[in-house]
Amino acid sequence: MKKISGNKLLVKALREEGVDILFGYPGACTIDISDEIYKQNYTKVILPRHEQALVHAADAYARSTGKVGVCLVTSGPGATNLVTGLATANYDSVPLVCFTGQVARHLIGNDAFQEVDIVGITRSITKYGITVKKREDLGRIIKEAFYIARTGRPGPVLVDLPKDVMAELGSGEYPGTVNIRGYKPSTTAHIGQLKRAIKMLGKAKRPLFLAGGGVNIARANESFRKMVEITKVPVVTTIMGRGAIPTDHPLFIGNLGMHGAYASNMAVGECDLLFSIGTRFNDRITGKLHAFAPNAQIVHIDIDTASISRNIKVDVPIVADAKEAIDKLLEYVEVCDTAKWLDEISVWKRMHPLKMKLKNGVMQAQDILETINEVFKDDEKIVVTDVGQHQMFTSQYLEVNEKTRMLTSGGLGTMGYGFPGAVGAQIGNPDSTVIAISGDGGMQMNIQEFATAVLEELPLILCVFNNTYLGMVRQWQKLFYGKRYSMTDLRSGAATRRGEEKPPTYTPDFVKLAESYGAKGIRVTKPEEMAPAFEQAKKNRALKVPTLIEFMLDPEDQVYPMVQPGGTLEEMILD
Amino acid sequence: MDNTMRKRWISLYVENQVGVLSKISGLFSAKCYNLESLTVGTTEDPTISRMTIETLSDEETYEQIKKQLNRMVEVIKVIDFTEISVVMQELMFIKVKNCSKEDKAELFRIAQTYQAKVRDYGHDSLLLEFVHTAHKNSAIIQYLKSEFKTIEVVRGGTVGIEAITMPKR
Repeated sequence: MKKISGNKLLVKALREEGVDILFGYPGACTIDISDEIYKQNYTKVILPRHEQALVHAADAYARSTGKVGVCLVTSGPGATNLVTGLATANYDSVPLVCFTGQVARHLIGNDAFQEVDIVGITRSITKYGITVKKREDLGRIIKEAFYIARTGRPGPVLVDLPKDVMAELGSGEYPGTVNIRGYKPSTTAHIGQLKRAIKMLGKAKRPLFLAGGGVNIARANESFRKMVEITKVPVVTTIMGRGAIPTDHPLFIGNLGMHGAYASNMAVGECDLLFSIGTRFNDRITGKLHAFAPNAQIVHIDIDTASISRNIKVDVPIVADAKEAIDKLLEYVEVCDTAKWLDEISVWKRMHPLKMKLKNGVMQAQDILETINEVFKDDEKIVVTDVGQHQMFTSQYLEVNEKTRMLTSGGLGTMGYGFPGAVGAQIGNPDSTVIAISGDGGMQMNIQEFATAVLEELPLILCVFNNTYLGMVRQWQKLFYGKRYSMTDLRSGAATRRGEEKPPTYTPDFVKLAESYGAKGIRVTKPEEMAPAFEQAKKNRALKVPTLIEFMLDPEDQVYPMVQPGGTLEEMILD
Repeated sequence: MDNTMRKRWISLYVENQVGVLSKISGLFSAKCYNLESLTVGTTEDPTISRMTIETLSDEETYEQIKKQLNRMVEVIKVIDFTEISVVMQELMFIKVKNCSKEDKAELFRIAQTYQAKVRDYGHDSLLLEFVHTAHKNSAIIQYLKSEFKTIEVVRGGTVGIEAITMPKR
């Protein structure tokens, strides 16, 4: 075979891996790769305006398509700008392969221009990372990177490419198979353990399913719904697991945890069997660890052994892919006698339904989300949230079902994820309606992506819940810090420091800002303007431009119920 | 579950690659796991290194340590040495300084008792090599500290391998 450069081999590898979209930002150390990509016509390049936005876009592209998201950035600052996005993807088990440029081998360690040890920096936030030291290893390493990213518990893999390795001529062969002796992920459930779990399910008086993000990642939703319907066992989900079963399903209770529904948190407290799938029992869902599900035996299915019995002691651990395990369970499960238990739950639901305290004639987050549910009822849609109060409202009030998916940064809680995430989701799903829900804080963390969205002709709908505050932290300050709103008023600055009574009316005019990039902007201040704004945004989709809708909300709106940090799930602040 | 803190040992087969050692030790620091000692060297297969890790932990944490090590791509095999018969030794050098003639004579007797080798010798100092368990080496340090004015210690960390004939302890 003819010898080719490493750059050419990388381009060939992308094609063989079926990478039709690459999120890239150039630099001196990757300019030769860019040049090779220019010469081919298979992989399309998207150029976000910041590497952090780039990796979030690739992340949401991967979450929404099930493919591996691929990034290419340069060495040094290009690589370090990936860090937040890698950590985000790592927490939420998103398959990414990130190629970083690196200075030539003879310069590594010399503090060369734009040199950093990116593999070292990202060691604890990637599934795997490696610098390619020899040209002959390049093909194998790329092949392994894709394999590691998408198998087992998926995650981000970083491949660091020294410029001279990439220029060197070598074999043009791209391997077809992978054999990594230390990495043999097993996905099949132990049948004996599954049978033990089923036996417990049969005996339980108050069984409860807890579905986490693993159900969505394994695309096990359909099987899970079947299992729920056969057994008649009610379901609670984590935020990452929302949509594991349609949220309007009669056996779905709600989310659990810090901002979970009252009935969900009570059900966890009272259940005698918690059958959990694909969750790592993060502290945001457990509350006080020792008081979590105090009366329950716990079954836990997870693909990651290290997630089992880390936070919560488990009675029956099952290491497996969620879909494979549930499909196997479907062969054995039977109906459980849950009628009495469901009655108890429905009492809790009636006592404290998930509902914001209504203020007459005032627009609230709940109204906006219910309007989205209504206006886009028949649309195939992806809703991408940012992080903050709006994220919790979305996870409470957005209906998630076969037509609707919700993407959110659950593990790391990354502000700035929403907008670039929507860009990535729309690129991966050109026919779906993509709606970003962000706050005025999160939106300003990656606002430059208007350029990408407009130039890529993405008909996104961007909702900004503007309450002029960093609302989630403000809520904590209001409830637990004597209303000392330190660092959370986005209007404060020199005038506030000077002690002037009235701070400036505000910060950017989001509508004008959208328009300055060539997008559409609508401001909504009253409830009756909500539906027409969404209808307009829906129409604008035909123009292939993004539409931003800015909702002016009251900073006094809080997310309830709320479990105080460190409190038990059953001690909820209700309003 | 045993919640008492005690010493536990892991033998680890890993890919002999740059960065693997720092990844393993990085795991211990990132997750706040105790790391008493870590030794590493290549095996009969030059592409594989073997580590002996000593940690002080309760059983719950120890289970997590093993799981976290197991999920690393570069880790080929994790063997728990805590409950099986192993041969474990540590190389230790002790230099005793400011010795009188009597001190040196005493040190030769100590070397004989502890099966140590005298590796070097000067007019007022002496260098001893010990190969024992880490526990015994620690005891020797304590003793020499109490008997001599100045000592300088360097220890290599424990290396271990499964025993062939020893019964289960």
